[in-house]
Amino acid sequence: MIKHFVSLQWKSFFRSASLGKDLAIRILMGFLALYFILSFLILGIGLYPLLSELYPGEEQLSVANRLVIYWVSADLLVRFFIQTLPVMDIRPLLILPVHKGKAIHYLLLKSLFSLFNLFPLLVVVPFAVYCAVEGNYGPGSMLAWSMCMLCLVMGVNYLNFLLKKKFAGDIKTLLPFILVAIVLSVLEHLQVFEISIFLGKMLDVLVARPYMVVIPVLLPVFLYLWNYAALRKRFYLDASLESKAGQVNTSDMGWVRKFGDIAPFLQLDLKLIWRNKRPKSTVWLSLFFLAYGLMFYPNPTYSDMPAWYVFVGIFISGAFMINFGQFIPSWDSPYYGMMMSQNIPLKKYLASKAGLMAFSVVVLYLLSLPYAYFGWDIVVLNTACALYNIGVNIPVLLFAGAYNKKRVDLEKSPFLNYQGTGAAQFIVVLPLLIFPLLVWYLCYKFISFDAASSVLALMGIAGIMGRDFLMTAIGDLYRKRKYIAINGFKEKES
Amino acid sequence: MIIANDLTKTYNGTTVLRIEELTVPSGQSLGLVGNNGAGKTTFFSLLLDLIRPTSGYIINNEVMVNKSEDWKPFTSAFIDESFLIGYLTPEEYFYFTGELRGWNRADVDAFLVKYGQFFNGEILKRNKYLRDLSKGNQKKVGIVAAVIGNPKVVILDEPFANLDPTTQIRLKEIVRELAEDNGVTVLISSHDLMHVTDVCKRIVVLDKGEIVRDMQTTPETLKELEMIFAG
Repeated sequence: MIKHFVSLQWKSFFRSASLGKDLAIRILMGFLALYFILSFLILGIGLYPLLSELYPGEEQLSVANRLVIYWVSADLLVRFFIQTLPVMDIRPLLILPVHKGKAIHYLLLKSLFSLFNLFPLLVVVPFAVYCAVEGNYGPGSMLAWSMCMLCLVMGVNYLNFLLKKKFAGDIKTLLPFILVAIVLSVLEHLQVFEISIFLGKMLDVLVARPYMVVIPVLLPVFLYLWNYAALRKRFYLDASLESKAGQVNTSDMGWVRKFGDIAPFLQLDLKLIWRNKRPKSTVWLSLFFLAYGLMFYPNPTYSDMPAWYVFVGIFISGAFMINFGQFIPSWDSPYYGMMMSQNIPLKKYLASKAGLMAFSVVVLYLLSLPYAYFGWDIVVLNTACALYNIGVNIPVLLFAGAYNKKRVDLEKSPFLNYQGTGAAQFIVVLPLLIFPLLVWYLCYKFISFDAASSVLALMGIAGIMGRDFLMTAIGDLYRKRKYIAINGFKEKES
Repeated sequence: MIIANDLTKTYNGTTVLRIEELTVPSGQSLGLVGNNGAGKTTFFSLLLDLIRPTSGYIINNEVMVNKSEDWKPFTSAFIDESFLIGYLTPEEYFYFTGELRGWNRADVDAFLVKYGQFFNGEILKRNKYLRDLSKGNQKKVGIVAAVIGNPKVVILDEPFANLDPTTQIRLKEIVRELAEDNGVTVLISSHDLMHVTDVCKRIVVLDKGEIVRDMQTTPETLKELEMIFAG
């Protein structure tokens, strides 16, 4: 039976319409994985000497044991946001003679084959070997310790699975977990009850008495069974057929009417953003990027290289613009055919998107004004960057959008979601970020800071003046590319 | 009036549509029938300029559809659910399409009153997004949205499929009224020979992309069609 599942998955991967087109992204992801594998391996090999250096006179293994809880928590947090769980389309299986239990076991076991489970082991194994060779621990003890770590990793794997599957539907059900985590970290911080030391001691005991390893083994087993029970209960179509949305609140957004003939499109775009997971998250993400400056401005390393501030300036006021703009018109991909056969002038359609992005730039720029705390230079530069974003980067993004032909599912989670990402998204970064940085740097090097900022601002103003002409040209391009886009947007990714 | 001339569409060497000449006068209701792969949807997509013809052209009320966009204000269509915007409620969707055709909210509201029976109380004022409606109800919304704003040409692809019997009967009334009372050119494709002969004044049979029969509907048409498809 498992054989069939594997072959189904294999086919769904290799026969998916997007294979090949995504090759560039896969290669990039491959390199990323390789990078992390190497980093963790180096950490694993270097951990023993590192701990000797950082905590002189202490037993390296005990120190490591005390740090385990931090590792586990960080692991869980990262996994919760990034790791994609294996999914299987159960609909076609429900009426076939497939034992439900088998399918669930397959799904749960498959989740173990994730790089997230490999990373910790790359640290654990070299460290255990080091301890056995350098320190005075028996191989039996270290084997038991490694086993215990493996169990913790698997435990995190299944805890994450459980949290995501069982509680994902409702944020409120997660609250108790978050509360417990907060209480524990507060107690730790106040040194009332230090769970890190507590867990460290337990692990020390385990090293002393290797046969105790049977206890941590229970953890993944228990979580596995819990997951199994939870999934088994959901193995019906009810769960997916249930009408999710009972009542929705509709507002007629009358105030948008003030914007004249782009109003209907603007209304549509606002609804698009508020009512769908993926575009909605771009809003939160851009608020998050506002804090980006805090990483750079207080850091004296960068004050010698103010060119970096251009990068930061473009990003702070343009975060939403970039995140939203690079998927125009893919946001409308599920109904692009309808948009193209309706009485919609492309210029107005694009003007609405441009207006929305320009508005976001202005808002984010105003919110970034408190960075004046780090000096007026920064405000001057950010103003120039905001103007450049409105005048140059918005048309650039719209232009690049004409070459988008990949569908975007509005309801999918945005984390590590490369759906809709193609070559256009990578190429557009060049004019978006690198070009202004270069221009600014050259002017700064040969003339002055103020001159460099003025050049950026003037380029932006020139773009704003020439907007009408640019939009007409881009609209023509969209018209020419519409057949390719309609065809591309029809292809659903598996 | 719609004129297709020397129209072909070829994918990778396979011709999926070849129409030498087809003229649909204004106010006619035309039924397009044919088995799967006969080219019905391809023809509609060409008519809406969603795909490009390999050769030939279509003229919609004196506008060449792949050259100018001026056919859009008086043409409307419902092909499949990709014509719906999932995150809107039915009302918002109607207002949106109405606005594109120059109707304000009051116009749309007044228009929708007529369709209370057609909607059977399952569409309006339910505060649900289109993506959460059943397939049949989604279809009703798409069909009604296609008649909003007094279009001169209405294109419906398989409108009868997925609808319950009561709605099918009401839909036939709507289509008849459009063509006979309002002079709208209606193009319908269907697998259901009975429905299509009921509402359409003219039936065109497509087979493997070519027109094999073109006839005015008479009481004998249904029999004749059944003969053709029985092979």
